Amino acid sequence: MSDLIHLTISQARAKLRAKEITATEITEAYLLAIDRANPALNAYVAVTGDKARDMAKTSDARLLKGEGGALEGIPLGIKDLFGTEGVHTQACSHVLDGFKPRYESTVTSNLWADGAVMLGKLNMDEFAMGSSNETSYYGPVINPWRRLRLDTVVMPTTHQGDGGFVSAGGTKTQRSLDNAQLVPGGSSGGSATAVSAFLCAGATATDTGGSIRQPAAFTGTVGVKPTYGRCSRWGIVAFASSLDQAGPIARDVRDAAILLKSMASVDPKDTTSVDRPVPDYEAAIGKPIKGMKVGIPKEYRVDGMPEEIEALWQKGIAWLRDAGAEIVDISLPHTKYALPAYYIVAPAEASSNLARYDGVRYGLRVPGKDIVEMYEKTRAAGFGREVKRRIMIGTYVLSAGYYDAYYLQAQKVRNLIKRDFENVFAAGVDVILTPATPSAAFGIADEDMAADPVKMYLNDIFTVTVNMAGLPGIAVPAGLDPKGLPLGLQLIGRPFEEETLFQTAAVIEQAAGSFQPEKWW
Amino acid sequence: MSVDVKTVKRVAHLARIAVSEDDAERMTGELNAILGFVEQLNEVDVSGVEPMTSVTPMEMKKRGDVVTDGNKAADIVANAPATDENFFLVPKVVE
Repeated sequence: MSDLIHLTISQARAKLRAKEITATEITEAYLLAIDRANPALNAYVAVTGDKARDMAKTSDARLLKGEGGALEGIPLGIKDLFGTEGVHTQACSHVLDGFKPRYESTVTSNLWADGAVMLGKLNMDEFAMGSSNETSYYGPVINPWRRLRLDTVVMPTTHQGDGGFVSAGGTKTQRSLDNAQLVPGGSSGGSATAVSAFLCAGATATDTGGSIRQPAAFTGTVGVKPTYGRCSRWGIVAFASSLDQAGPIARDVRDAAILLKSMASVDPKDTTSVDRPVPDYEAAIGKPIKGMKVGIPKEYRVDGMPEEIEALWQKGIAWLRDAGAEIVDISLPHTKYALPAYYIVAPAEASSNLARYDGVRYGLRVPGKDIVEMYEKTRAAGFGREVKRRIMIGTYVLSAGYYDAYYLQAQKVRNLIKRDFENVFAAGVDVILTPATPSAAFGIADEDMAADPVKMYLNDIFTVTVNMAGLPGIAVPAGLDPKGLPLGLQLIGRPFEEETLFQTAAVIEQAAGSFQPEKWW
Repeated sequence: MSVDVKTVKRVAHLARIAVSEDDAERMTGELNAILGFVEQLNEVDVSGVEPMTSVTPMEMKKRGDVVTDGNKAADIVANAPATDENFFLVPKVVE
């Protein structure tokens, strides 16, 4: 059974259609894997075993008749931010205690309509606010990847050479996994861990400042943040409405393309959903990139960036050049202002969106002597520290007397950031290549980051520009750092040209190979 | 710009979040770190730049002025902490 969970979506799809395996078999295999792994990894906050089995049974009936949809019988994990009818939906917050919506988000409806099977709801940073999945009310998600330890040990002569490299002096380098637990990134940490550790075939995720691409990079998976407006936001718990986009996390580029095709749609229920047909993203994979113009932005070479990130970037450039792309140096002069502008715009929108959690219509209520005290106590008990911090910043920058200095200024800067991209695209650049993150995965409860919120925010330095400009971006695994942890590259495309991203990411994937964590859980 | 404890308490009240004295002290430091970080936006020349209103240029979609949904009172109150006959129950607001 365990080999069933190692199939990619495209492989499972072929076997299901050929009736070599059944949806029930693959679903049971995943449920078993979740049961064994979840106590260690904490990727799922709710497992919907009965629902999964029912959905798999329906899929098997359809497959038997040859009527299966694009994702028929494929078991998926769903980020807790997506409204799922009758199923745990709390954005991993205490304030939504017990909330089970009476509706289904458009994105998940699309997946079920195409035959996918829901395994459960995935852990995430509370309200998608975080870059390490440590702000979840349900506790942190653990990255399935661990650092390699290379210890030099003196060997008794009789045992020389067992599983190691013998050196002249009778010592060998022993290779083992370090026990230190690492974060999977965030906010879609549960999605990234579940995909990387084979606890679902693919997962839904959302990205407001890097929440799909950063965890994908930290776990050796592929993450896509589509163009703003490509996936409907209807039924997804709102964080920052002008930045939020749903997208997939998958084990390879093809699987990500298959998932996005099903997730994306034109939705009359979301006024920002764009009226454009959804292309067949998978068809872009394998198309040559000869003559494609790839931009390398000099502003993404930041101070203190680890050597291995720069080396990875250079490798990516060489792969694309070898595949026939034209590499051009570009400038995106307002890059450094994207993160500070984001930390005005996103909290401002969040403070408005999260005003609805008042203990009246759903979730937690803490009684008070009057209605205001009830609101204040409910929200004090229901929101975690990071969420409160962002609501406070948002409330402050929108408050009387400060609106122009902060919010209006940030929205002007945002236009300049967008203009930077428009200028390079107008000059003929088809796609931009950057590192996905400024480092590999870091430790759980990192002291520096706990002491300074801004330090944590810097994780999104390469990804946040894409949200500010509404562009599509993809993180694709490109190699391992010296400690054996995965690193990713990011590609940024023109609006609604996700196909170019899949086409180019497939070239990187082909050159870099794929990366799986060593199983310790 | 930076905030003091008094401002933090005022903002917390505007945001309807109860804060203790200790919370307010801690938040003051955190908020000032973030406000210090965003300060660099002031160095950007934004003269003649419009604030962004829509990230994707598109016409606002309009729908027909017709009833497409409704009669779901039970669904709407289903998740509420306190209800009575499809009404949300709250502490007394009007004296």
